[in-house]
Amino acid sequence: MDTIKEIKDYLPEHPFFKGLDPDLIAFLAGCAHNVHFKDGEILFKEGGNADTFYVVRKGRVAIQVHHPAGGGSILDTVDAGGVVGWTWLIPPYKWIFDATASEDTSAVAFDGACLRKKCEDDPAVGYALMKRVTVVMYERLEAARLRLLDLYGAGA
Amino acid sequence: MAATRTSTRLATTDPMVPRPFRLLSKRHDTHDTVTLELEPTDGVPLAFKAGQFTMLHAFGIGEVPISISGSPVAEGPLVHTIRNVGGVTRTLVEAEPGVEFGVRGPFGTSWDVSDGKGGDVVIITGGIGLAPLRPAILEVLAERDQYDRVTLLYGARTPDDILFGDELRRWADLNGIAVEVTVDSAAPGWKGRVGFVTQLISRVSFDPAHTLALVCGPEVMMRACVTELRQRGVPAGAMRLSMERSMKCGIGLCGHCQLRELFICVDGPVLTYERLAPLMQKWEL
Repeated sequence: MDTIKEIKDYLPEHPFFKGLDPDLIAFLAGCAHNVHFKDGEILFKEGGNADTFYVVRKGRVAIQVHHPAGGGSILDTVDAGGVVGWTWLIPPYKWIFDATASEDTSAVAFDGACLRKKCEDDPAVGYALMKRVTVVMYERLEAARLRLLDLYGAGA
Repeated sequence: MAATRTSTRLATTDPMVPRPFRLLSKRHDTHDTVTLELEPTDGVPLAFKAGQFTMLHAFGIGEVPISISGSPVAEGPLVHTIRNVGGVTRTLVEAEPGVEFGVRGPFGTSWDVSDGKGGDVVIITGGIGLAPLRPAILEVLAERDQYDRVTLLYGARTPDDILFGDELRRWADLNGIAVEVTVDSAAPGWKGRVGFVTQLISRVSFDPAHTLALVCGPEVMMRACVTELRQRGVPAGAMRLSMERSMKCGIGLCGHCQLRELFICVDGPVLTYERLAPLMQKWEL
């Protein structure tokens, strides 16, 4: 069983936390525990309570949407070094997509309510965290916009 | 020297006259893309450099510029990977072995990938853009020990649209190339990556100051890649892009492929970002 101390040791190496004040990382690590998912195991389902922020240590997570006509689509994948889930930040805190492990996956799981409370209690903590989440959102939005162009399609 | 396939003749004396080539074989790469192997009817192989293109002529139909996708360092047929986008390309893609085509060229500038010897090489491509880069990859593989880290980042539309899938695995398994593939979308069950090719750049290791970057794909994709590469610190002069314009004559006369002061058929298709930077974001061009 991994301990909080081990999570604290790992997080500064993760790209999401790299460069963040070690004391702040230790503070946030109080909301975290390690989780493991087998290939094909579901992390969360659309409509469920978005109560977790996953920091992927190993493996791959597929963000999916289900649609009756075609069965579903993978919208994005997140590998080691990435993060999954920002809906824990945004009311009403419900997952809007499904997430499934594409291979055996390990992650640090942060309790969303715990993180929110720390952010509310200390705006400096909140701002530091928000800046990093915003970068992730920006990168995904930019990539999604480019993919919307269907650049590799025959009509492009 | 392994940079260029040897030949007793570089081209016909008149660059506007097509040389007859016979279709030897056809391989279906994807639902809309094939790879053709062509042999010259006069028996003289076509010398070319990685990155160059020919004007491929379907007699009675028309002519299109197609990048060469074969090896520049091994004897063999002329290889073209062609996507069916209608018109002349449909005729080329639907042709069966034995059919004769006309070939003019080779034309244009090359990747000059040997400039990257002693350093890292990062190759970024999307869609059919992998075809013009395949000769550069094969050139690197022929002298793999001359290069440090070699990385190929490739984006395709869907898993079914991935070109040269077997080769991608072989390059990674046997030749010490880091091959990272991503697709724009996939059905559940796909185990690979989904995302845009630019998202791969931050995941790979290279020394920006000693890296040669080769980029080929839709222009919007190339601009996004250049932005990422610049953020990583790769100098503009060390980024080479293959530009696509409507090449017609192939020898800088007709102006169809003009990009302000450049004729892409002779000044390109491969150009440094240093040279392209002022041109790539102008709507009028």
